[in-house]
Amino acid sequence: MINKVVGDLAAAMAGIGAGASIMISGFGNAGMPKTLVRALGGMDLTGLTLIVNAIRRIDECGTSLFSERRVDHVVTTAFRGPGAAPASYEDQWKRGEMTLDIVPQGTFAERIRAGGAGIPAFYTPTAVGTPLVEGREQRDFNGQTCVLEEALTADFALLRAEKADRYGNLHFRGTQANFGSAMAAAAETTIVEVAEFCETSLRPDEAHLPGIYVQRVLQAPRWEATP
Amino acid sequence: MSTPLSRNQMAWRAAQDLADGAYVNLGLGMPVLAANYAPAEREIFYHSENGILGVGPVAPSGRGDPELVDAGSQMVTLRDGACIFDSAASFAMIRGGHLDVTILGAFQVAANGDLANWDALSSAKGPLIGGAMDLAMGAKAVHVIMRHNDRDGAARLVTECSYPLTAPGVVDRVFTDLAVLDIDQGRLLVREIIPGLGHDELAAVTAAPLTFAPDCRALIAPDLDNGN
Repeated sequence: MINKVVGDLAAAMAGIGAGASIMISGFGNAGMPKTLVRALGGMDLTGLTLIVNAIRRIDECGTSLFSERRVDHVVTTAFRGPGAAPASYEDQWKRGEMTLDIVPQGTFAERIRAGGAGIPAFYTPTAVGTPLVEGREQRDFNGQTCVLEEALTADFALLRAEKADRYGNLHFRGTQANFGSAMAAAAETTIVEVAEFCETSLRPDEAHLPGIYVQRVLQAPRWEATP
Repeated sequence: MSTPLSRNQMAWRAAQDLADGAYVNLGLGMPVLAANYAPAEREIFYHSENGILGVGPVAPSGRGDPELVDAGSQMVTLRDGACIFDSAASFAMIRGGHLDVTILGAFQVAANGDLANWDALSSAKGPLIGGAMDLAMGAKAVHVIMRHNDRDGAARLVTECSYPLTAPGVVDRVFTDLAVLDIDQGRLLVREIIPGLGHDELAAVTAAPLTFAPDCRALIAPDLDNGN
């Protein structure tokens, strides 16, 4: 019998070790797995790679990931903290303690989608002619210069959804899906916090993400908006 | 005596170019203000790159859903006919050339249409790209709203961008507080200029040669700031 529901945070986070690569969904507050991110910050790990849209939203979850220097590589579209003073992660990057792969958001999403879809690399015109692609492999298609982008995969993906059933089928509310759908497919192990566990299975047409991409489901509280 | 347009007036002017039935992405800052000023009789679908087509006004205080946000992470409402999708689908929509217009902010625009609007030069802060490179490359038309000159008075319309590029040769039209200009075959073509500003005065605050359209008109916006 299939049952992907886990009873507590320890079971949800089991197996995440030093040096793991971890995709974290979320855009603004929507789809941000705050319970899982906080738990990750509390694990005694180093050398993590984070693959996230905007690093400040991870920091705003209230996690010790950066203060405890657990992260040494970040793939992201936005590495800027709020305000004028540098955030702890900006300082770590400036000091060379953290490396950074800064990626346009559409390329970021597509690299992850490709990772879950068995496409090792693809060409895109985005970022051609900018400093991001200097020295990279480029090729012309139909008169347009494109740059080769490689797929992104990860050991783990952390997501939040509104509802799940025991098969791991997910239902998203509002704009919760964002990067989560692609990340779930691109990661070896996908862990999801959900507001509501459904004893009765989701109706097939309300399951936005097929359970085949989900390994663990944890019930967690809804979160208010980040101020 | 000439008076430069306010932020709201620049946004108003940009909004007048949005056609009935258009699918439009508005960048953060001045561009999102344009949604307040599109003519009411036109039906316009605003796209948000986190996965919404048909963004409505910001949700009333206390009534928003924290799981329903726009690209500025604000809690928003949806218009009739809106739909929601994931980020990979959203950027496929952008990259695939399905959006009619994107309106973006910028640090600099060059006469050849080069766009510079991401700041990689800041010494203390980390880089921020977001979706601008994809939007600039993918939208059918790229419009820019920016002040004609920066805080120190330096021209933002230039022969060659000194800031790192977002995308080369993509800008079609620029709305500034002094003029409306088209990028036309590698030159800046002035379509509208604020009343009382001479052609030579506009040229003096622009760091690339200007061509004035034969039918160059007065750039006049309604008072949107209660006289302030």
